[in-house]
Amino acid sequence: MIRRLLSVLHARNLEFLRDRGTLVFTLLLPVTLVLGMGFVFGGPERPLFKVGVLAEQVNRQAHPFLQERYIDFIAQPQESAALHKLTHQQLDLLVDLRPAPRYWVNTDSPKGYIVEKLLLAAAPDARRQPVNGAALRYVDWLFPGILGMNMMFSCLFGVGYVVLRYRKSGFLKRLHATPLSAFEFLSAQVLSRLALILFVTAVLYGGIGALIGFHNSGSILLLALLAVTGALSMIALGLTIAARFSSEELVGGLLNILTWPMMLLSGIWFSLEGSPRWVQWVAHLFPLTHVLDGARAVMLDGAGLAQIAPNLMFLAATAFAFLAFGAWSFRWRIE
Amino acid sequence: MTAPIIEVRDLVKQYPATTAVAGVSFGVSEGICFGLLGPNGAGKTTTVEIMEGILPPTSGEVRYRGEPIGARFREHAGILFQKTALQDFLTVRQSIALFRGLYAHGLAVEEVIRLCALEKLAGRDTRKLSGGQQQRLLLAIALVNDPTLLFLDEPTTGLDPQARRNFWELVQSIKAQRKTIILTTHYMEEAELLCDEIVIMDRGRIVAQGPPKRLLHEHFAEVLLELPRQEFPERARQLPLNILDASDRVEISTHDLEGTLRTLLEAKVPLNNLRIRPANLEDLFLELTGTELRP
Repeated sequence: MIRRLLSVLHARNLEFLRDRGTLVFTLLLPVTLVLGMGFVFGGPERPLFKVGVLAEQVNRQAHPFLQERYIDFIAQPQESAALHKLTHQQLDLLVDLRPAPRYWVNTDSPKGYIVEKLLLAAAPDARRQPVNGAALRYVDWLFPGILGMNMMFSCLFGVGYVVLRYRKSGFLKRLHATPLSAFEFLSAQVLSRLALILFVTAVLYGGIGALIGFHNSGSILLLALLAVTGALSMIALGLTIAARFSSEELVGGLLNILTWPMMLLSGIWFSLEGSPRWVQWVAHLFPLTHVLDGARAVMLDGAGLAQIAPNLMFLAATAFAFLAFGAWSFRWRIE
Repeated sequence: MTAPIIEVRDLVKQYPATTAVAGVSFGVSEGICFGLLGPNGAGKTTTVEIMEGILPPTSGEVRYRGEPIGARFREHAGILFQKTALQDFLTVRQSIALFRGLYAHGLAVEEVIRLCALEKLAGRDTRKLSGGQQQRLLLAIALVNDPTLLFLDEPTTGLDPQARRNFWELVQSIKAQRKTIILTTHYMEEAELLCDEIVIMDRGRIVAQGPPKRLLHEHFAEVLLELPRQEFPERARQLPLNILDASDRVEISTHDLEGTLRTLLEAKVPLNNLRIRPANLEDLFLELTGTELRP
């Protein structure tokens, strides 16, 4: 079995590496993503401080500090919510300028350090209350989503159309006349695509990291484990679609039906917190949601294996289930 | 007679709109070249694909060495389909190696390359092969597991005459190794040259079965006179002759050559382009089915 699997795997890898158009496209996509993200998120930020003011609204005449230029004063009705933002450096300073003024500063924030000096010049008697916490930028939150989206497209379309092409050309029919089983054939396709996806994801991770830097509080090995199980699950999902159909239009349509809801509901671009319960329930049926939830937990909150175990188990179980279903429903030839 | 290496019993293949194979039975002795002949739609490719285990029959069975076909059969059978695409971007050697890796036993890749005279093409991309070279490669792939039973489904269709003759030489060298070959073909010359035994199929049924020479002897004690159709007047069809219609010619089968010639001369039928020849398999098919054996 291993020998047969390796033969198909080797041939598929050769085919992919020699298909220069596809190879260039596959490698160009992550490079474009890296450059795009560098352009959008890597440029110099505006010289603007964000200071939260504990009040229903900001009256700039109420205190000399509130008249400083180049500072964006933002009203913060709730102290707890404001402190959370300060912890993640979404605010540079939080002030309460009512009688007996006080302020909170994130001691890990360089901007907080500077804007604190400006405050003390205007209100030397203000009472200091330090907090700490690293900055959470949108790019840090978005980064796992970009990796996941690239992985999803490569998994679903890369494998689905290859199998479809093999079936239409009669190559699958020829393989069917050999001792090769459907499970062996599909496993070889999965492993070939998995190796490619891991390589591309590693390039993206390293490239974006080098270009703009990003926040990772957790283990890179856990991220790799998530990438492997997530890619396996999504490749196997692509194979179930391509397992028996022979029409490009049908397979393309089915793959789009899968990818678009995942694009919108898996949390690539924005958090689903606060969305209706049924939306969250549907989102958790998608492998990509579990990849992103797990990756963000590891990267942003430093989650360990125990915390992301449910995501890993979901991905592993769906990978096996999709592969088994694909092998069961597989058609070697056009019916 | 020894037990057949492969046997087909009461095979039926029914599709919603048609019956492709309508109750076919035959056995193939080990070490012979067995031909399935018939026009398009006769059911020969369907029969062969059921024998190969590619298509399931509606009813009936195929037995290999007395057992239903299964894993052992796949290890022992070599198959050259009528149309096969190979994986893109692989060389001839890599394509052969891919298939060699799918079998537990077989020949070395280089040996297969040598057997099929592919040495000079071994490093070439398979998409850059000519039709004849492609068929040699597909034959090489069919031989990688050193099969005891080799299926060749219309292997020379579309090849030029030279490539076809080269391919026949290859098949004859394989035949000399006492491998059993099952060949489907449209070409009577191919069947007469290669086959020890044939089955002629028409509309899903067997219409004749046996060694080609015996079948010809049974059906044709006569000689055949061929005349161009346009030179054969309609009134001559009323003559007391055994007239067979082919596409571009009229054929007359007779025991009495002199008498037939005399009749034609008396009817003033032009004989300038007359050709006299012994019967062949195409005539046999025409005789049995009333239609020509054409691709």
